[in-house]
Amino acid sequence: MAAGRGLGTGRRIVIENADIPFLPRGVRVHFDKVRDSWVLLAPERAITLDGIGHAILSEVDGARSFAEITRILADRYNAPAEDIAKDTAGFLGALRNRRFLEIRP
Amino acid sequence: MTVKPPIAMLAELTHRCPLSCPYCSNPLELARQERELDTETWARVFREAAEIGVLQLHLSGGEPASRRDLVDLVTAARGAGLYTNLITSGIGLTEKRLRALDDCGLDHIQLSLQGTDAEMADHIGGYRGGFARKMQVAAWIADIGFPLTLNAVLHRRNLHQLPRALEMALEMGARRIEVATVQFHGWAMQNRDSLMPTHEQAREADRIVKQARAELRGQLVIDYVPADYHSDFPKRCMGGWGTTGLNVAPDGEVLPCHAAQTIPHLQFDNVRDRHLRDIWYDGTAFNAYRGTDWMQEPCQSCDNKLRDFGGCRCQAMAVVGDAGAADPVCVRSPHHGTLQAKADAFAHNDAAELIYRTAPGKALPETTGS
Repeated sequence: MAAGRGLGTGRRIVIENADIPFLPRGVRVHFDKVRDSWVLLAPERAITLDGIGHAILSEVDGARSFAEITRILADRYNAPAEDIAKDTAGFLGALRNRRFLEIRP
Repeated sequence: MTVKPPIAMLAELTHRCPLSCPYCSNPLELARQERELDTETWARVFREAAEIGVLQLHLSGGEPASRRDLVDLVTAARGAGLYTNLITSGIGLTEKRLRALDDCGLDHIQLSLQGTDAEMADHIGGYRGGFARKMQVAAWIADIGFPLTLNAVLHRRNLHQLPRALEMALEMGARRIEVATVQFHGWAMQNRDSLMPTHEQAREADRIVKQARAELRGQLVIDYVPADYHSDFPKRCMGGWGTTGLNVAPDGEVLPCHAAQTIPHLQFDNVRDRHLRDIWYDGTAFNAYRGTDWMQEPCQSCDNKLRDFGGCRCQAMAVVGDAGAADPVCVRSPHHGTLQAKADAFAHNDAAELIYRTAPGKALPETTGS
């Protein structure tokens, strides 16, 4: 098991603004009552989500595009959209590399 | 030392299995069917596991599909809130049963691969027709849409099939493949002569995996268990003894790892008698090798001791005769040279025949010692 292990830091798959990210079957966000934290459950893996990771995944609903997700987050956290887009792309790209996230164009 | 809650539980629902793979990780002394926990007890154990922090449940065996109540057990596991993974050879799963498992919320399937063609797979599994059946099951799995991991178990006789195994994972739509070189515990210990990879095979597998990881990035996740006896540093077994996971044997004994019963001085608690919480935190077997206080030299003063926790206790027991010794795989162990010489000798014994696993309740084969 690799709970809490950092996601890959290598090549990132580029996410376009119009892409619609979604969690595929077998991957879900779960509140871990025992550890009092959010985790991402995936095949034979459990990954602890920090506040940012949880905030991003909360907006991934299989309907919103990447551009919409980053706009919502930028508004909510009153942060520059460019920074949010960069962090979000990095996080989602790392999940995608591990097949924990899929993209619908 | 603060003990953290466990993340994963391996539930060995049964030791029964239609296959008789010579590297089976089950103990030589298999639990008979009448000793297996019943449905209600497993359901309680799943709830206890979730209560103490287990997130991932692996339903294994033997062959878990040999349990008639498999659908009820998955229902109970999902009801307890556990992420539920079925580790299977596929034998015993029908399309109807898979659809029932889908309906009750099974999260993921790990399908084992004994070889990439019928000749190899049926020979290794000791079950004629098994490969054809497995391929049919893989097609049903894809049709239903279960997330799939292919688990290719590799050794001297089939390591040349690794490239084809990677292709098969892609063809089956698997998101992940475990490239698992046989670990020498349980029945595999009886078959070191037959199964030990050569040093050259081990390095070739390293190369193939490295290349495939680069080429298939984002497409197929590759988890790799390299050939142990040909390594220079030991594995962090079970993520560290009593830190991450626990195993429940078919009869309810709770083990820190699947081979722990080979360490003769350990005593194991049973879920029939104690809550899983007490067993995890207070059980003597779990506390025996937690942390670093138990370590001898060269582990005690080693800068890797928090990285690999001295490696595998069962391997130290099996090869060195002392479960508190450094894993002999380690270059810093005084037994490393002997182990590598043994590995080479095993790997070149081409006359060795496979000793197949027997069925629960059957006589044991003669042991060949270490």
